[in-house]
Amino acid sequence: MEILAFGKTGWGDELFYATQMTIAVSITAMLIGFLFAAVFTPLKISKHKSLNLIGNFYTTVIRGVPELLVIYLFFFGGSSAIMYVASIFGYFEYIEINAFVTGSLAIGIISGAYSTEVFRGAIQSIDKGQFEAAKVLGISKLGQFYKIIMPQMLRLAIPNLSNVWQITLKDTSLISVTGLVEIMRQSYIAAGSTRDPLFFYSIAALLYLFLTFISMKLINRLELKYSRGY
Amino acid sequence: MNFELIISSFPKMLGAAAITVKLLAFSLAIGLLIGLFFAVLRLNKNIFINKFAYGYSYLFRGTPLLVQIYIIYFGLGQIEFIRSTFLWVILKEPFWCAIIAFALNTGAYTSEILRSAFQTIKPGVIEAGKSLGISNKIIFYKIQIPIAIRQSLPAYGNEIILMLKGTSLASTVTIMDLTGVAKHIISTTFKPVEVFILAGSIYLFMTFIVHNVIKFLEKKYSFQQ
Repeated sequence: MEILAFGKTGWGDELFYATQMTIAVSITAMLIGFLFAAVFTPLKISKHKSLNLIGNFYTTVIRGVPELLVIYLFFFGGSSAIMYVASIFGYFEYIEINAFVTGSLAIGIISGAYSTEVFRGAIQSIDKGQFEAAKVLGISKLGQFYKIIMPQMLRLAIPNLSNVWQITLKDTSLISVTGLVEIMRQSYIAAGSTRDPLFFYSIAALLYLFLTFISMKLINRLELKYSRGY
Repeated sequence: MNFELIISSFPKMLGAAAITVKLLAFSLAIGLLIGLFFAVLRLNKNIFINKFAYGYSYLFRGTPLLVQIYIIYFGLGQIEFIRSTFLWVILKEPFWCAIIAFALNTGAYTSEILRSAFQTIKPGVIEAGKSLGISNKIIFYKIQIPIAIRQSLPAYGNEIILMLKGTSLASTVTIMDLTGVAKHIISTTFKPVEVFILAGSIYLFMTFIVHNVIKFLEKKYSFQQ
């Protein structure tokens, strides 16, 4: 247990901060994913074939390609892409992007593809009559979406979003390959310097289990809240 | 866009794709057996056996695959007992370590898929079998299993695709699979976009095949024939 002490003698505080980092990356990635879903869900349910195609391209490619490959693309290609854009504006210095930003963006795009599918499914399973009734009552398009479709959609989407959250949380372990110090990277460092990989990777596994367990409990509560009246 | 690089690294990538397929095939075959075993345990009425199977699937579904590979590849070699037995012959090979991790992981997901498939079988079907005087064993093999396979096909198809993507993690334990070779080419040529397009298309092609095979099987075994 001494090895897990807080302070200079143990790895407790390092692992604690690493856990916070994992949570921070997961939440950021999930939110970025929602942004992507907000853009691509309307494309996927749109009546225009060409818009449909763009939406489908995004979800198919991202869900069909390994997460690690996407992360490598962002890790190796991220700063050169930004430098290319900067060079158009006449800035030629070396730009390095933070591992947190690249990591969250990469995981966010992956998470967004799953969220898009969830939202699409939820909207499509809302009864057609709801849309028609709202139209007949003369409610504006925006009002229709916020007051009628969204509350019903959220209720249907939350159980599946909880799966997306679990996937996102577990995917953040892959960012460790880019050197961002989250649970996995910290365990790797600790395992290397103490030569006790079994112990530290087991601790990492326990930390992830703890996070998934806690988030399950919280999401169940959210689910109850949104399924009031059903 | 550097098309020359795409063309010149294509053969290398195809060779690596063969390793990815090999990893996938081995882990799915072993994982299916593990999954079936634990699904049957989950349906057992004994609470300890039931809880044990639940704990297994919870543990492997609640932690990232990367942790599982690291524990098996880096962690298990640390135990003296394992180093001195024949297990070491298997566990010192990164290839087999990866397959063990993948098989245990996909086994956990498969057990959940099969369990829910078994549970959705209508009791009437089993009762009908019983009233016709068919033995329990035959009911299980000839009635329950075929229905369960049909029920679980769509979910299992997803699991195969998830596992196909999961095999990319083998590259973290020095296996040169598709992702491993892709990373190697990226870090020697610094052309991430071209390599991503090439490796990504190969992965997409494989998912496409899996998707269509599953769709075909679903149609073949659908109830309305």
